[in-house]
Amino acid sequence: MSRSTWPLWEVFVRSQHGLAHKHVGSLHAPDAEMAINNARDVYTRRNEGVSLWVVKAADIVASSPADKGPLFDPADSKVYRHPTFFPMPDEIKM
Amino acid sequence: MYAQMVETGVKSVRSVDDLSGPDRIFQERVDAGIRIEPQDWMPEAYRKTLVRQISQHAHSEVVGMLPEGNWLTRAPSLKRKAILLAKVQDEAGHGLYLYSAAETLGVSRDELIDALHAGKAKYSSIFNYPTLTWADIGMIGWLVDGAAIINQIPLCRCSYGPYARVMVRVCKEESFHQRQGYDLLIQLCREGNQSQKDMAQEALNRWWWPALMMFGPPDQDSPNSAQSMQWRIKLFSNDELRQKFVDQTVPQAEYLGLTIPDPDLKWNEETGHYEFGEIDWSEFYEVLKGNGPCNRDRLQTRVRAHEEGAWVREAMAAYAQKQAQRAAA
Repeated sequence: MSRSTWPLWEVFVRSQHGLAHKHVGSLHAPDAEMAINNARDVYTRRNEGVSLWVVKAADIVASSPADKGPLFDPADSKVYRHPTFFPMPDEIKM
Repeated sequence: MYAQMVETGVKSVRSVDDLSGPDRIFQERVDAGIRIEPQDWMPEAYRKTLVRQISQHAHSEVVGMLPEGNWLTRAPSLKRKAILLAKVQDEAGHGLYLYSAAETLGVSRDELIDALHAGKAKYSSIFNYPTLTWADIGMIGWLVDGAAIINQIPLCRCSYGPYARVMVRVCKEESFHQRQGYDLLIQLCREGNQSQKDMAQEALNRWWWPALMMFGPPDQDSPNSAQSMQWRIKLFSNDELRQKFVDQTVPQAEYLGLTIPDPDLKWNEETGHYEFGEIDWSEFYEVLKGNGPCNRDRLQTRVRAHEEGAWVREAMAAYAQKQAQRAAA
């Protein structure tokens, strides 16, 4: 495996106070262990996180930007999914 | 500015009304402030310009490790050594983020590094100057990183998503860079003895004009700026950014008791800005051509590091392959 074929990994970090891993960037590494170590060196120099995920970019499936409209617009007409659609009487705490 | 004089390959800027088809849709998105992402259609010239700019920026970070790396073994205290190590480490990280952003445009890391090592790719002129004294480390943090911040903050809002996001991260880290340099100079200039103050003044004399040159040639001599600005890669002109740098830095020099080596430097009450003297642009062009004090040395050092580190890359690849074969067996 020459360096030009090292896979690309996307890096996700969960902070101490965070609930979810956030995408922070990417790097090339020959295997998972090097990917984690390098991700730690590059993306957590300032206590950014307590947990790291590295995922091969090739394993990520992304929705196409061109399909954004048809893919997401079913939600546009369903405003009743939000609690604010239902005003409550003042004397009711809900 | 870390990317200076980035060529767009475009002879004249066409206004959005003169564009049609995908070019027009693209320009309208840019004008609306919508970020362009890697999967989006973009004009080939826009893609090429970004590859040049982002890779030049990345090369600058990595080459920029060298003038500061020069003083790691001679930092005057353990605290200063640890701080300088952290800064140099950050620059490597910045290079990595930027190479990653450039790769989203369809170019490989190896191609970019090969171009640098072959002397075909540019990097910021400022890194071709030597660090002759400990005070130079302060000057780099204060002036060079200070100039970089002024350039990089607007880039956080540039039209290309991956580049803008990298800049957000870089800017967070860059403010430590400027502060550690200025803190170093406060110690030399306000708490130091006369020879330390003299050392700082002498360093300022050598770094001031090259720092001003970091912003690139004057607007009237920057033919590529108009297209970069229409594409919202560049948001402010070279002269605007340079003026901002001077205005912010003069009071900082006064606090240190240092004299900026420009007899024409003068506050203009009417404009609310400092006037400053003529820059010797022939020096800038010579340095970019390869005739600065350290160009050859910088390139040789980079090439040697790459060649001497080959065994590490080969070992990592061999180990990964061996582990994969074992797992498959």
